[in-house]
Amino acid sequence: MTTTAAKAMKPRTTAGLQRRRPSRAHKTFYWMVVPALVLFVILHTIPTLTGMFFSFTNYAGYGEWDFVGLSNYVNLFKDDRIMASYGFTFLFAVTTTIVVNVGALFIAILLNSKIKFQTTFRGIFFIPNILSVLIVGYVFNYLLSNNLPLIGQALGIKWLSTSILANPDLAWLGIVGVTAWQSIAFSVIIYLAGLQTVPGELYEAAGLDGASPWRQFWSITFPLISGFFTINMVLALKGLLQAFDQIVALTNGGPGTSTESVAMVIYRGGFQGGEYGYQMANSVVYLVVIVALSLLQMRVLGRKEADFS
Amino acid sequence: MSTLTQHTPELAAGTAPKKRRRSSVNVPLTLLVTVLSLTVLIPLYFTIVTALKSPDQLGGNGLALPTSIHLENFSNAWKLTNFPNALLISGIVTSVAVVLTILTNSLVAYAIARNMHRPFFKALYYFFIAALFVPFPIIMLPVTKEMAVLGLDNPVGLFLLYTVYGLSFNVFVYTAFIKSIPAELEEAAIMDGASVWTTFRKVIFPILTPINATVGILTCLWAWNDFLLPLVILSDPNTRTLPLVQYVFQGQFNTDYTTAFASYLMAMAPLLLVYLFAQRWVISGVMRGSIK
Repeated sequence: MTTTAAKAMKPRTTAGLQRRRPSRAHKTFYWMVVPALVLFVILHTIPTLTGMFFSFTNYAGYGEWDFVGLSNYVNLFKDDRIMASYGFTFLFAVTTTIVVNVGALFIAILLNSKIKFQTTFRGIFFIPNILSVLIVGYVFNYLLSNNLPLIGQALGIKWLSTSILANPDLAWLGIVGVTAWQSIAFSVIIYLAGLQTVPGELYEAAGLDGASPWRQFWSITFPLISGFFTINMVLALKGLLQAFDQIVALTNGGPGTSTESVAMVIYRGGFQGGEYGYQMANSVVYLVVIVALSLLQMRVLGRKEADFS
Repeated sequence: MSTLTQHTPELAAGTAPKKRRRSSVNVPLTLLVTVLSLTVLIPLYFTIVTALKSPDQLGGNGLALPTSIHLENFSNAWKLTNFPNALLISGIVTSVAVVLTILTNSLVAYAIARNMHRPFFKALYYFFIAALFVPFPIIMLPVTKEMAVLGLDNPVGLFLLYTVYGLSFNVFVYTAFIKSIPAELEEAAIMDGASVWTTFRKVIFPILTPINATVGILTCLWAWNDFLLPLVILSDPNTRTLPLVQYVFQGQFNTDYTTAFASYLMAMAPLLLVYLFAQRWVISGVMRGSIK
């Protein structure tokens, strides 16, 4: 590295550098980002704006269309199927977010304690994250429809002795369980990263002072990893509100339409139901809901950690 | 899930603590973790044994070892789903997406990180970050139409979308890291007469190796396992990815569960095998992404 030698001889700041040859560096940097920006606008921004535009029309996805003003939006709120899909999606996403974060934090603390085969266990708990959500859904679909009822029958538990996925009242719990099984894997790793930033001496001091493990968790661990808690909660909720794959594999929205998520309704109505314009209005509402919830979460859970700058 | 953790001595034997070497090892906690890890291992074990059984061996609690091994499940699934083709498509889409993402997203992030004081670059940074909050379903319908019009309703369009959509998150991760690289390194290179491009290629990109690994791992997991994007984008049945094939053949698997499970296992196997050998590297890569 000749560069290290040069660095030692001529220490300079970037400001000085840019003053010396401003235009050239400047131009190259633009060349580095403009193609990416153009592609991003074409593939992401334009579709988003097109979608918003068509939400004010009666476009079916083909043929002619007219502006219909806000009527799609008004109809959304009178549509039982849409409202039910939001109800299910919120219930599912909030429940799963809580289950995932409590479970992952518990497992991460266990993995971070003085156990044997730490690396092996860490490796095992991460496995679900490398598997396809759809395929995991299919495997659990079989387990929940065939094996779990047998266990339920053997234990004499009535609600468990038939497939919970075929039960309109319980199917959502099956989806929560399978999703949590898979999502915990990623959260565990983030929490482990967080726990490793906590200095061990703090626990030694607390141990000498006679603080119980429970007290140590709430007074030392949790405050110090609260940033990781915020990140996990925001990421989990945002991701789970978009649930699609696991529902396709587990219940396909059923029984009836009891486990249809918002993403699923948009997909079905938009691609198969000729409701392009209407589902775009649904999408815009969905966008507003996700942004509002994410911002609210960051505000409640702590502004500092979620600061993006 | 806890109902599943009861009896699998054959799995527990491999991971249970054998001897206490250091007195500091907490045995009860180790046992607790072992039991908890069964919640992950039992479904995997179940998938493997089911794929090896004949249909009449199914039933019971499903956890019994196969009485005879039926490898024809794999050959049936291989033929039915045209496995080599799906594997090839998934492999190409994933590897191209990973390489393109690392090369382009790091470059974009570098330009942004070194020009954050300029309004254009700062605005660009927040523009990409803001897109993180746009849920995919809102883009789904319009982008499908657009890709079809552009003639990109194929694997090329697919890896292009992974590369471009990845920008939002990756720029965030890269920028945080690049900001911590001392500017002196680049100045020295430029003093030596290197252009900004060369500086990036020779000085910055090598330093980014750990973050490149993180971004590569996350992109790989995303592109390999993704279902919704291939579902809406790919129009030609011969270009289906592995997860998409499982979906399309659900009807044909019908009640032939052993073939279906062989197919699932084959679709999951490539990444599982890689993970088996690169486990530490994968996990440290993911961990690095969460600490900025």
